Amino acid sequence: MHELAICQALIDQVEDLARDNRAIAVRAIWLNVGPLSGAEIPLLEHAYPVAAAGTVAEGAELFIEPMPIRVKCKTCGVESEASANRLLCGECGDYHTGLVSGDEMILTRIEFDT
Amino acid sequence: MCDTCGCNVTHGNAHLVTNDGKLARTGDGKSAITVLKNLLTENDHQAAHNRFHFDQQSILAINLMSSPGAGKTALLEATIEALGDELSIAVIEGDLETENDARRIRDKGVPALQITTGSACHLDAHMVHDALHHMDLQGIDILFIENVGNLVCPASFDLGQHRNITLLSVTEGDDKPAKYPVMFRAADLVLLTKSDLLDVLDDFSPEKAEKYLRQLASEVPVLQLAARRNIDIESWLNWLRNEVREQRKRVEKKLTLRPAIQPEGSILHSDHSHDHHTHIHTHSKSHSHT
Repeated sequence: MHELAICQALIDQVEDLARDNRAIAVRAIWLNVGPLSGAEIPLLEHAYPVAAAGTVAEGAELFIEPMPIRVKCKTCGVESEASANRLLCGECGDYHTGLVSGDEMILTRIEFDT
Repeated sequence: MCDTCGCNVTHGNAHLVTNDGKLARTGDGKSAITVLKNLLTENDHQAAHNRFHFDQQSILAINLMSSPGAGKTALLEATIEALGDELSIAVIEGDLETENDARRIRDKGVPALQITTGSACHLDAHMVHDALHHMDLQGIDILFIENVGNLVCPASFDLGQHRNITLLSVTEGDDKPAKYPVMFRAADLVLLTKSDLLDVLDDFSPEKAEKYLRQLASEVPVLQLAARRNIDIESWLNWLRNEVREQRKRVEKKLTLRPAIQPEGSILHSDHSHDHHTHIHTHSKSHSHT
């Protein structure tokens, strides 16, 4: 539901960067999004053209790279893959883990015409 | 790194940070730029600004989140009744429509400002900042921000609070933490509310709810209470009293605190380049912001 707000924030950033780099048009935008960011990738993809309409990013392609969920165990130190609602150590099963990746919602790259 | 607040940069992706902002020409006249910015940077900046104001006035700011009807306002009513003589409380209420909740709080003799979001499903840092300009927070110990009832979106927006509290009423499923991991991972405290109904509900197990929470790698306390009947609220009140003391200690040391799951729980203000806001803001009604 809040993906439109996120896309509008994205477009604000893209507009600033396009201005700073004297871009005529934005061609493509890359994001990294993890499942624990709270944003759903398909919803971002739907909301994006609405937010981009009438801006320098209108028509720019959006590429979203899903990030894996990985945790590092505080008990045994092993890093392993995990799922969104089971952030347990894959090695020893402990719940005392720290998230290594999976909650990102990052603008990583923009391509534009100058 | 202040631009991204660092909160989304982890061991897993930190290697991407090293080539930030470098413009690289591609062969066909197009340019590409590597950015690595949190999409909610603008919100996070506003949130840091809000938090700075709270810290300047030694206010503990708490964000209450839950599904609609879990008992956020009832919890506040009971809390105000119990602590009203001891601590000075103010409330920001977030709802899509109506002044009803703010009215309930004002009836308890506490200042409350209602934000009606229209169709927005969450509060953001800008809405809270606008609300602050209509409130006199002088002498306030705790500011509660009651978020829009929603277990999804509010978890993504930092408002400038120091602590997140997620309420789970026992009339909901005990597997809510597994269904809404983003929300429950954000909690610094989980309250199982309406616990007086546990006797008549045979399908909610507090132990299971806690087990699902632990599976999210969360170590935060879980407390049970029934606010409308004042049952078991003492542990909650003690948690609050302790948080107020901790906030005062942090303020003395010029430290601040972001809510749960941030890699750097405590950061110095000086790291946040908010020097341009070092003037005193009282946010009284006569205050104008330029």
